Amino acid sequence: MMLPGFPDAAPVSGLIGGVLIGLAAAIMLLGAGRIAGVSGIAARAFGLTDSSLPRAGAWAFVIGLPLGALVVTSQTAAPAPAFAGTVPLIIAGLIVGAGTRLGSGCTSGHGVCGMSRLSQRSLVATATFMITGFATVAVMNALGIEVLP
Amino acid sequence: MIRETLVPLISGTIFGAGLTIGGMTDPARVRGFLDLFGDWDPTLAFVMGGAVLVMALAWTVQRRMQRPAFADAFSLPGRNDLTHRLVGGSALFGIGWGIAGLCPGPGFAALAIAPGSAAVFVAAMLAGMLAVRMIEPRG
Repeated sequence: MMLPGFPDAAPVSGLIGGVLIGLAAAIMLLGAGRIAGVSGIAARAFGLTDSSLPRAGAWAFVIGLPLGALVVTSQTAAPAPAFAGTVPLIIAGLIVGAGTRLGSGCTSGHGVCGMSRLSQRSLVATATFMITGFATVAVMNALGIEVLP
Repeated sequence: MIRETLVPLISGTIFGAGLTIGGMTDPARVRGFLDLFGDWDPTLAFVMGGAVLVMALAWTVQRRMQRPAFADAFSLPGRNDLTHRLVGGSALFGIGWGIAGLCPGPGFAALAIAPGSAAVFVAAMLAGMLAVRMIEPRG
């Protein structure tokens, strides 16, 4: 299905993916009683934050992420997406790692789990990282900086 | 052990599948969404909308539960204070997200799609987390 005015958009697979993400976060909430916030869980798995979440559980969640991706890619013949080069990946990774720790969360914890709960902190965090995300791409485009091949 | 790991494993696996189907593991798709003032791709709004909708339902169920299905108690963030740290950290995160088109979940999921690139991103991300940890031991 195509979205009028946006020939490249994939609204149906986007919605299906989103519902699955919501389902995954719901399982974590109702099953384990916890927020499915990837940055926090990853920090916990690697011993980079103090949390009551058992480390084995944090590792199980983190390992599940590529496992789920593998399940999907093994079923489809879509070409592999392009990624940024090593230098931009390192710069971006450092900033994302520091930013998500300082900001206590990322797209999953604040954007999905917190916003759906109308958490004031998550609403502010999500608005903030969306704005700086928009601004970053706009500035990079204006300067002609291309990171993807 | 199984009780502690099975729920997160199932959740993480469905999460990774959802990220991949939704296009979050494709940096061009993500950066297309962030290119609001250029050639905007609204796909990620559908991802976010679908996820938030399902989770909003889950929160209404959660309010009626005494305890989680497979744990002794809910362990949820209860803070409501807006701090410079929250805003500054989130602002930084958005910049990093915009540069490479990857956030933490898709970074890990992409280990199964483009292992080399994803490993570089994940290693740098963990280094960034470690840096905060070293500056603030209890962060």
